[in-house]
Amino acid sequence: MKIAVCIKRVPDMESRFRVASSGTTVDESGLKFDIGDFDGYAVEVALQLKERSGAGEITVVSVGPDVVQETLRKALSMGADRAVQLKTEAIPFDGLAIARALAAELGGGGYDLILFGKVALDSSNGVVGAMTAELLGLPCVTAVSKLDVGAGRGSARRELEGAAELLAFPLPAVLTIDEGIARPRYPSLKGIMAAKKKPLEVRPAQLGEQRLSIRSLALPPERSAGRIVGEGPSAVPELVRLLQTEAKVL
Amino acid sequence: MSNVLAYAEARGGELRMVALEAVTAARSLADASGVGGEVHALLVGPPGIASVAPRLGAHGADVVIVVEHPALALYNPEAVTSIVADRVTTGQYRVVLFSASAQGRDLAPRVAARLGVPLASDVVAIESAAEPLVLRHPTYAGKVVATLVLAATPSLISLRPGAITLVESSRAGRVESGSTVVDPAASRVVVTEMLEGGGAKLDLGDAPVIVSGGRGLRAAENFRLVEELADAFGNAAVGATRAVTDDGWRPHSDQIGQTGRLVSPDLYIAVGISGAIQHLAGMRTSKTIVAINKDKDAPIFKIADYGIVGDVLEVLPVLTAAIREARKSH
Ligand SMILES: Cc1cc2nc3c(=O)[nH]c(=O)nc-3n(C[C@H](O)[C@H](O)[C@H](O)COP(=O)(O)OP(=O)(O)OC[C@H]3O[C@@H](n4cnc5c(N)ncnc54)[C@H](O)[C@@H]3O)c2cc1C
Ligand SMILES: Nc1ncnc2c1ncn2[C@@H]1O[C@H](COP(=O)(O)O)[C@@H](O)[C@H]1O
Repeated sequence: MKIAVCIKRVPDMESRFRVASSGTTVDESGLKFDIGDFDGYAVEVALQLKERSGAGEITVVSVGPDVVQETLRKALSMGADRAVQLKTEAIPFDGLAIARALAAELGGGGYDLILFGKVALDSSNGVVGAMTAELLGLPCVTAVSKLDVGAGRGSARRELEGAAELLAFPLPAVLTIDEGIARPRYPSLKGIMAAKKKPLEVRPAQLGEQRLSIRSLALPPERSAGRIVGEGPSAVPELVRLLQTEAKVL
Repeated sequence: MSNVLAYAEARGGELRMVALEAVTAARSLADASGVGGEVHALLVGPPGIASVAPRLGAHGADVVIVVEHPALALYNPEAVTSIVADRVTTGQYRVVLFSASAQGRDLAPRVAARLGVPLASDVVAIESAAEPLVLRHPTYAGKVVATLVLAATPSLISLRPGAITLVESSRAGRVESGSTVVDPAASRVVVTEMLEGGGAKLDLGDAPVIVSGGRGLRAAENFRLVEELADAFGNAAVGATRAVTDDGWRPHSDQIGQTGRLVSPDLYIAVGISGAIQHLAGMRTSKTIVAINKDKDAPIFKIADYGIVGDVLEVLPVLTAAIREARKSH
């Protein structure tokens, strides 16, 4: 089983974000970065598939500046076999540009599965996986919450609003991974040592034209901390009055 | 070149509320553009789906293009991608709108890549309808709002469910039949089954009111109190925190937050919810937020418009009765 996992370097979403002086990026000073949440699930899925099949190779790929090597090393220390950095000055916002770079790298690579996170929480786009599949002409299932892979075929479940779909697909295929499917493992000390010797190749990213960009970033207006209407059941009449007359939602 | 296309999402042969949101947004884009232009809605589904076309007309569709096929009863990602991409190309649309629903999140990026254009996804507001489009989109788990510039023709957008307020605007909704382009029965990826979860209940994405429960409810059976409050509103859906879905008190599909549903109802009532950042990421854009929590320092009160400090088990029955009363007198 030959598997590729596309991983993005993203800041810890618990952070308090500030807008950088450029106005179009967040200020990175003091932020902690790691593999995106969903990308971590995707790495774990790949590791479990490889362990179950007893053979195979896992390649992790990341588009971005040299700092993404740290993210790639983390995935190697979890157990991936090799890494590729597709080098850019900055990570573009336009998901189609990222998808083009990934498709150029992964096309013809002979992968049985190419895995993505469902969404990268910094951009919050949720587009790169399905776009890459389309560019490669591969079958694709998005937001996979359960997965079963057999000989040449797989089946998956994806959650909808108040419902779920069960799907069947042939390999090779592209999957984007939802949470709840697997808990990412922590790298072991042995894994961290081994990762240092695993191959990490660097190639220029072929992004192409970008037609979607960030004009400005802003922190949402703090919701003015509301009002405590009162304590216990006796506060209910006042709450209902405010919902009727002030918020006008009743 | 001045027409706007809205993908009218259906599921199981029924139109979804988000379809009306897409059509409403398309109408206002066409009207705001200054160049006129028609709104076309593309409706894909099993034979008979055309019967919902008048609802699309009522929200501003001049034309409803209907593609019916027995193999389109369940969502068929590959066939629908081909159908939409073909329609966009032949219709030469200026803007194409999808919903950022589960189906739209799957479909829109496929169509965008097929056409070789970017996708502005999960858009909460359209700030400029002229070219290039200027759009608002929450990033960093909702903590930073991005203003985006989309300079592509066609411009593809997916709209966050609930971000568009429905407006009726009666138009002809003239039905035209569209083409299946490919054999829908030949798709490689096949939805083999759809498992209905919520039954006839309102979906979280469609409900103007959401009553959401957290660990503060203490036990699964106390969710009855949350359901009763939702019932009292008549137009409410029930949500939950991850603490609750992890414990199996509620299905995963009810989870609201960073890793669950992103919602922005008119009214969000958080019951026994602490207000963790990952939960707030999914509901902070709600228009009015009410919190009930016994801890006066719970973070949820920092973003709530109105709060009651108290035990949910005591407050909820009283609130439910008061809401019933208030709605009766309307
Ligand atoms: C990567 C990641 C993703 C996550 N994604 C999500 C997500 O999508 N959605 C989500 O919700 N969470 C998510 N979480 C979990 C999140 O961090 C919180 O743990 C969770 O939201 C807490 O749920 P809660 O508010 O129900 O429980 P708690 O934090 O335990 O809060 C319970 C609250 O109830 C109050 N309370 C207790 N008893 C009563 C009573 N009798 N009456 C009134 N109030 C009472 C308490 O004061 C407390 O404030 C995620 C976490 C991680 C790490
Ligand atoms: N710069 C990147 N490098 C590698 N993979 C990426 C990159 N950006 C996004 N991805 C992958 O695409 C998924 C969806 O990203 P997005 O469309 O930006 O939400 C992520 O979870 C990753 O798996």
